[in-house]
Amino acid sequence: MIRARGLARRFTARGRTVDAVKGVDIDVAEGELVGFLGPNGAGKTTTLRMLTTLLRPTAGEATIGGCDLRKDPLGVRKRIGYVAQGGGTHPECRVGEEIELQGRLYGLSKAGALRRGAELTEQLDLAGLDHRLTKTLSGGQRRRLDIALGLIHEPKLVFFDEPTTGLDPQSRANLWEHIRRLRAEQGVTLFLTTHYLDEADSLCDRILVIDNGEIVAEGTPDSLKASVSGDGVVIGVAEDSAPAAAEIAGRLDGAHEVTVTEDLVRFRVPRGDTAMPELLRALDAAGIPMRSMQVQRPTLDDVFLTLTGRTLRDAETAPAGEVAHVA
Amino acid sequence: MLRDSWLIFRRDFSLSMRNPAWIMIGIMQPVLYLVLFGPLMERVVANTPGFPPGSSWAILTPALVIQLALFGSSFAGFGLLAEFRSGVVERLRVTPASRVALLLGKVLNNALQTMMQAILIIVLAFLVFDLDAPFGGILLSLLIVGLTSVALASASYALALTIKNEQAFPALLNAVLLPLLLLSGILLPITTGLAPDWLYTISRINPFTHIVDAERASFRGDVTMDALFTGCVVLLVLTVLTVFWGARTFRKENA
Ligand SMILES: Nc1ncnc2c1ncn2[C@@H]1O[C@H](COP(=O)(O)OP(=O)(O)O)[C@@H](O)[C@H]1O
Ligand SMILES: [Mg+2]
Repeated sequence: MIRARGLARRFTARGRTVDAVKGVDIDVAEGELVGFLGPNGAGKTTTLRMLTTLLRPTAGEATIGGCDLRKDPLGVRKRIGYVAQGGGTHPECRVGEEIELQGRLYGLSKAGALRRGAELTEQLDLAGLDHRLTKTLSGGQRRRLDIALGLIHEPKLVFFDEPTTGLDPQSRANLWEHIRRLRAEQGVTLFLTTHYLDEADSLCDRILVIDNGEIVAEGTPDSLKASVSGDGVVIGVAEDSAPAAAEIAGRLDGAHEVTVTEDLVRFRVPRGDTAMPELLRALDAAGIPMRSMQVQRPTLDDVFLTLTGRTLRDAETAPAGEVAHVA
Repeated sequence: MLRDSWLIFRRDFSLSMRNPAWIMIGIMQPVLYLVLFGPLMERVVANTPGFPPGSSWAILTPALVIQLALFGSSFAGFGLLAEFRSGVVERLRVTPASRVALLLGKVLNNALQTMMQAILIIVLAFLVFDLDAPFGGILLSLLIVGLTSVALASASYALALTIKNEQAFPALLNAVLLPLLLLSGILLPITTGLAPDWLYTISRINPFTHIVDAERASFRGDVTMDALFTGCVVLLVLTVLTVFWGARTFRKENA
């Protein structure tokens, strides 16, 4: 559905140039739900605006839904839905008016637009809000209206820019459900950007990690996590036997990054689950009782840290009021 | 394209009509000129040589109507900047709608709003003051006002999208509009009989001078005069150029 090669965009403002996107390759197959994960300012929105014909790439090419981005932008526009990061409703317009206008701009008749609008408002829990001004909607309702507008022409490919940013946890969970259903019930191909790890982790089949305008990793959430060197293990022992326990842990097959803080020993091993019984036996033999233990599967935050040397949280320059949720 | 323009026009029109107070606020200034400045002109025009033919009201009213178009439509871009910020512009640009239609629909609404205000002012001048003008001339003058509004709103949208700055935009407009206004002889016509040569020469370079002249001519019902033709030609050229500029700006950043 999406095939982009070397897509790049440079902004020039007041003599300063910013390479917002530095030549990315993107492939998305039909029916996939792909996440574009990266901190604020990584170039996610810029990439999306190029793929949706809103911004001319400075280099590279792309085919969207079989249409060439440069030669047939109109063909691309007809085939895609786009839900922008900040939405796109007029505060003084009524919900019903926005839906009808959107449908008719996509070529539906008035009756067709109203019928499809009724269907969508039903699906997205917006029924009964037709006469409300959009500025009176709650954040979650307005976001669902943005989505309804993006789906009005039943596109087979939909781009979501940060669908849940700024929403409360309940609205986020609710929106995830809608997004999952969209794919399950209608087979829509979805490409969404996010700077929330939990969102990418739980929603997406595949993740592209972008940092500083470049794609630094790609894969399923599990394969990305597996690429990080192993599980994190923390064991608790008596404080005076901690150094000895650390030495024993260090002898485990593939153990590394062993550190001691007071009565806790931390290290990484490729497979935490199979290493634990062995460690338990070795500690027993040395007469060191284990008081607690914890095995942590790697998170996408670990992936990001490994790839860029920063945690996603550090990389955040999120505006006030926006909190990065970390898995 | 016509269908898309109509859809955008209808949306903007119903948004404008949701707040009819703005129409009234828009005509406050010309109404004040009519009431507080118009009576002053009667004697001046009667006793001073060099004015164009016609009563003082037939000189002042058409000029005020052009002034209305000048100010009302030039700030249209300001509303577009607000829509830009709320994401409406991008949302519309990602639909298959024609780019030109996205501009034309808005511009047509601006023109209609201005024409409605112009009618209110002309009716007031008729009923309360001594304005006397032929019906056909008034119709023609409304057409001129509408086209002026189309030209100015297009230019305003193009400018707003180019500088994309809600502070700089009105500042720039004010800097441009005042000299344009003074040099088009709105309050006192800049004729050879009244103005020094250099001022007259400069005023002839200003396209709005010719448009005001044409508007005054059509209020007199004088369709044969040179001023009407020059004004109309200038107006048509201006309209074509500004709509072209606006359409180009709406299309610019696209892939
Ligand atoms: N219109 C623009 N003009 C200049 N710089 C821009 C523009 N849009 C984005 N940028 C810059 O490009 C970089 C990437 O921005 P963006 O794509 O919005 O990031 P993200 O969506 O990942 O948060 C940022 O450094 C941003 O400041
Ligand atoms: Mg963004």
